Amino acid sequence: MSPVLSDTFLLAAGSALLVASFLCLYRIGRGPTAPDRTVAIDILGTLVVGFCCVMALWTGQGFYMNIAIAWALLSFIGTIALAKYLEGRYYDE
Amino acid sequence: MSEVAAQWLIGVGLAFDLFGTIGLVRLPDVYNRVQAATKCVTLGTCMILGGVFVAQGVGPMGVKALLCAVFLLFTSPVAAHAIARGAYKSGVRLWEGSVVDRYGEEVHGVHPPIERAEPLITARPTTVGQPGEHDV
Repeated sequence: MSPVLSDTFLLAAGSALLVASFLCLYRIGRGPTAPDRTVAIDILGTLVVGFCCVMALWTGQGFYMNIAIAWALLSFIGTIALAKYLEGRYYDE
Repeated sequence: MSEVAAQWLIGVGLAFDLFGTIGLVRLPDVYNRVQAATKCVTLGTCMILGGVFVAQGVGPMGVKALLCAVFLLFTSPVAAHAIARGAYKSGVRLWEGSVVDRYGEEVHGVHPPIERAEPLITARPTTVGQPGEHDV
């Protein structure tokens, strides 16, 4: 499928997502408590999903969307595991 | 036409992503950060996925993008709720300027209070004045 959006726009989109990811990394490094870092890791996973979308539009190859779906699933599972760990419980409540 | 719509969707989604991460950096408390970052970044990424769907149409990429957007809309509030609950249960205190703690009232009414070094909310200096001060 022919690329729909211009390369300049997609480059700007990737740069904006990169800036957002660095803000997340700042919170991961600086965050005073462990839940701050957990939130930042969750948000970073969501940003990676958006970056996979931009890459799929840029290259025109569909397997980036598979990576996006898998990353969303694994990020959700990891976040739930970290939250349960913070809560001090086991996975079966 | 679909190109312009996809550009608008992706652009607004990127703006939401940036605002959400700025809120993640700037806000004072883990609960405020959860609220700002999860709402903004979920909506922003879902708009980017919608932009992919608009740009590519009904095909393999578009349908996968739509599926991923629906999945994110379902799972992101659950993850945020779990993080906030885990943070509260692990003893992260609220910001000093917080005015209400409904979950703490609920939990402490039902269960014995969680061991904490300090109370959950430090008293905010009230501007109303002491009772009996104004009814002279």
